[in-house]
Amino acid sequence: MPDVILEMRNITKTFPGVKALDNVSFSVSPGEIHALVGENGAGKSTLMKVLSGVYPYGSYDGEIYFQGKECRFQDINQSEEVGLVIIHQELALIPFLSITENLFLGNEQAKYGVIHWNESISKTKELLERVGLHESPNTLITNMGVGKQQLVEIAKALAKRVKLLILDEPTASLNETDSEKLLQLLLQFKAQGIASILISHKLSEVSKVADSITILRDGATIETLDCQKDTITEARIIRGMVGRDLTHRFPPRDSKISETIFEVRDWNAYHPLHADRKVSNNVNIHVRKGEVVGIAGLMGAGRTELAMSIFGRAYGTRISGTAYKNGQAVDISTIDKAIANGIAYATEDRKVYGLILIEEIKDNITLANLDAVSDVGIINEPKELTVTREYRDKLNIKCSSILQLAVNLSGGNQQKVVLSKWLFANPDILILDEPTRGIDVGAKYEIYSIINRLASEGKGIIMISSELPEILGVCDRIYVMREGKIVGEVPAKDASQEIIMKYIMTQQEVVEQ
Amino acid sequence: MKTLSTLFKNNIREYGMLIALIAIMVFFQIRTEGILMKPVNITNLVLQNSYIIIMGLGMLLVIVAGWIDLSIGSIAAFVGAIAGILIVKNDVNYGLAIVICLGIGALIGAWQGYWVAYVKIPAFIVTLAGMLIFRGLTLVIVRGESIGPFPVGFQKLSSGFIPDFFQYQYQGKPFHTTTILIGLLVAVLLIFLDFRTRKNQQKYGFEVTPFYFFVIKNAAITAAVMGFCFLMARYKGIPNVLVILFPFVAIYAFITNQTVIGRRIYAMGGNEKAARLSGVNTPRLLFYTFVNMGALAALAGMIVAARLNSATPNAGEGFELDVIAACFIGGASASGGIGTIIGAVVGAFFIGVMNNGMSLLGVGIDWQQAIKGFVLLLAVFFDVYNKNKSG
Repeated sequence: MPDVILEMRNITKTFPGVKALDNVSFSVSPGEIHALVGENGAGKSTLMKVLSGVYPYGSYDGEIYFQGKECRFQDINQSEEVGLVIIHQELALIPFLSITENLFLGNEQAKYGVIHWNESISKTKELLERVGLHESPNTLITNMGVGKQQLVEIAKALAKRVKLLILDEPTASLNETDSEKLLQLLLQFKAQGIASILISHKLSEVSKVADSITILRDGATIETLDCQKDTITEARIIRGMVGRDLTHRFPPRDSKISETIFEVRDWNAYHPLHADRKVSNNVNIHVRKGEVVGIAGLMGAGRTELAMSIFGRAYGTRISGTAYKNGQAVDISTIDKAIANGIAYATEDRKVYGLILIEEIKDNITLANLDAVSDVGIINEPKELTVTREYRDKLNIKCSSILQLAVNLSGGNQQKVVLSKWLFANPDILILDEPTRGIDVGAKYEIYSIINRLASEGKGIIMISSELPEILGVCDRIYVMREGKIVGEVPAKDASQEIIMKYIMTQQEVVEQ
Repeated sequence: MKTLSTLFKNNIREYGMLIALIAIMVFFQIRTEGILMKPVNITNLVLQNSYIIIMGLGMLLVIVAGWIDLSIGSIAAFVGAIAGILIVKNDVNYGLAIVICLGIGALIGAWQGYWVAYVKIPAFIVTLAGMLIFRGLTLVIVRGESIGPFPVGFQKLSSGFIPDFFQYQYQGKPFHTTTILIGLLVAVLLIFLDFRTRKNQQKYGFEVTPFYFFVIKNAAITAAVMGFCFLMARYKGIPNVLVILFPFVAIYAFITNQTVIGRRIYAMGGNEKAARLSGVNTPRLLFYTFVNMGALAALAGMIVAARLNSATPNAGEGFELDVIAACFIGGASASGGIGTIIGAVVGAFFIGVMNNGMSLLGVGIDWQQAIKGFVLLLAVFFDVYNKNKSG
């Protein structure tokens, strides 16, 4: 038996403007559970996409050896053929098909294109038995909970004769018991000789089941910890995940903070489809004039949902709670009212929610405040051009003309167009959702400078970010969210990545002033 | 300085359809041995297509908003039938009846807009239902027969011509001098507007087309307007319908280009989510887009009834297809956010000239449909091809 089943050597993957993986090496021994941890954006998912052939051979540098043979996967089918199966965080099941139909999707038990149902169903029963799921093979996916759906995904992997199972955040949306069940299953597979790669943010479960832990940071392997030799504490893992040089990545900041400008109290909101799922749970936050407040947390912690539910109830149902501006309760129940009350929300997904891509820069910038460039409903074109050019210069939007279509701009410049739109609406409170996602370091610096300038003009800024260094480098005060709740509040001067990470990861609530 | 050919390449989307329109006009002019451009035929062409253009104005907004309306032919028939009941059967003053009918059209638009914008049922389904509902109701209220004739005043809506204030003869026939004067006025107005736009662009430092291009373009437009008026003048002058049509086209072009509402409709069609998050009340805006469509379909229905001089149960059948085709031929995008009023008007004339020219040549209705289908596909293919090449 060879001592490694999988070996990835010197993997480098670049996207335009970003090096997502830099010379990463990673290996898995047969029959082990190998955890892969790191912050959002550290490169875990990219590495797994390289491994499974989502990024085909040739689009990255480096070599992959599986069971001693070099692999050059062109697509996911080829990696599945050798026994590498990846289960993504968002499950890839078809809701209105049955378990059986899902299990053999793309791999139908058929002869001349005619499905052999008896065989399919008996094989399904066998597979469900192996994952410990007691459901009829004819049950529709939509009628099952997420935990059971996860098991169906795993059964699907078994149907493909999996040798190495890759799970991307498998327990992120599971409750305690379902998570526990899933981990037991992984241990059971281990006994059967199936190795797993477990990507997880829940360090408690990582330290419980993993045989070794590899830590990624900024697209590079930091270290691989052997859990059998030493006892690995969560603190030890966190130290590996964070801790990098912060100097010169952020413009210097001189905060002049005065009275509270905006506050929400007892804010509750429910998921629009799953009516019993609370996405914001008794949230109380406030921001003061000249202050930049950060909201940290993992993806799915409910930060965007909170921001959008505050911004004119753009998300969620059964929203309750009160918003106060300068101490007065304000009505922000629709987006127009929120904008009229001086609130702006710059979305995390600028292509889907932020920009009209097929329209000109000019049209995008004035959209949220067309009244300011029009007289009795008729657009004053000269005024519009003057205003738009002013913002182009002020925010340094690099474009051939303000009549250029938004779709042709780079990510950083698109983000500046979104910011221009909201600055032109002249808000007092700006909610920025992942304002620097997917843009290069130089553009990030510019965005931070704009944030500083806005704060110094006396606006209140709420910044949602998954990048801890950014939160620490830009904010005056930091809230930490988990599962729709505010679980921590720390002044930036007392905060460190370790402290915030602890709030994010720790299961019980800690409230520290 | 740019050469004419690069200018052309850059503006192919804008001018492509216009050139195609001229090309088929020349083609049919030659094949029909000059009948196409005869004054009486040109006048007929305008009369036949006026309602396509009027509905095209509303349809363009619906398509730019990202949807479609299949019910307009039925709405036109239904409103025509109501006009018949009111005016012919109940002697209601036709001025009042016109106002009532426009109101009913708007109400029907509101009904459909409600389902699309607030209940979020796809417009394809809502208006397919509307197509059946209002065709059926038309049959119910006219009880399967035609209602007519309409009083002369109402007929004038589509068959009348503006009065002439001069008694001038040309080649021994009466010549409608007022028409020529109005044509001159329109030409001067168009040149003035274009000149002002150009001045403004220069003032704000935008690259403008070379001056000689500006001169050629305006000379061509003036020649087209004057040629058209000359032909009209040799028959009976400008039809009343054109007096309704021209301001409508101008107003809708203005709304789409220069107003907050127009900008918001384009934004909504381009990216509904982003528009909504920018404070655009997208459901309300979509609702009013359908209300507008309903009112315009009602106006078209009355013009059709006036032209046929009766309200018939099968009036307006298939109109929706010509109107939708006109918008797409004129460069509107089926996924929303793109399209112009002028494009839709050119598209409507394109369809109109094809219908008229093929009828003159004696092409049967069977082949006419097939050919129109191919042309629609070709026009949209040309558009997609150009977009892919430039993008």
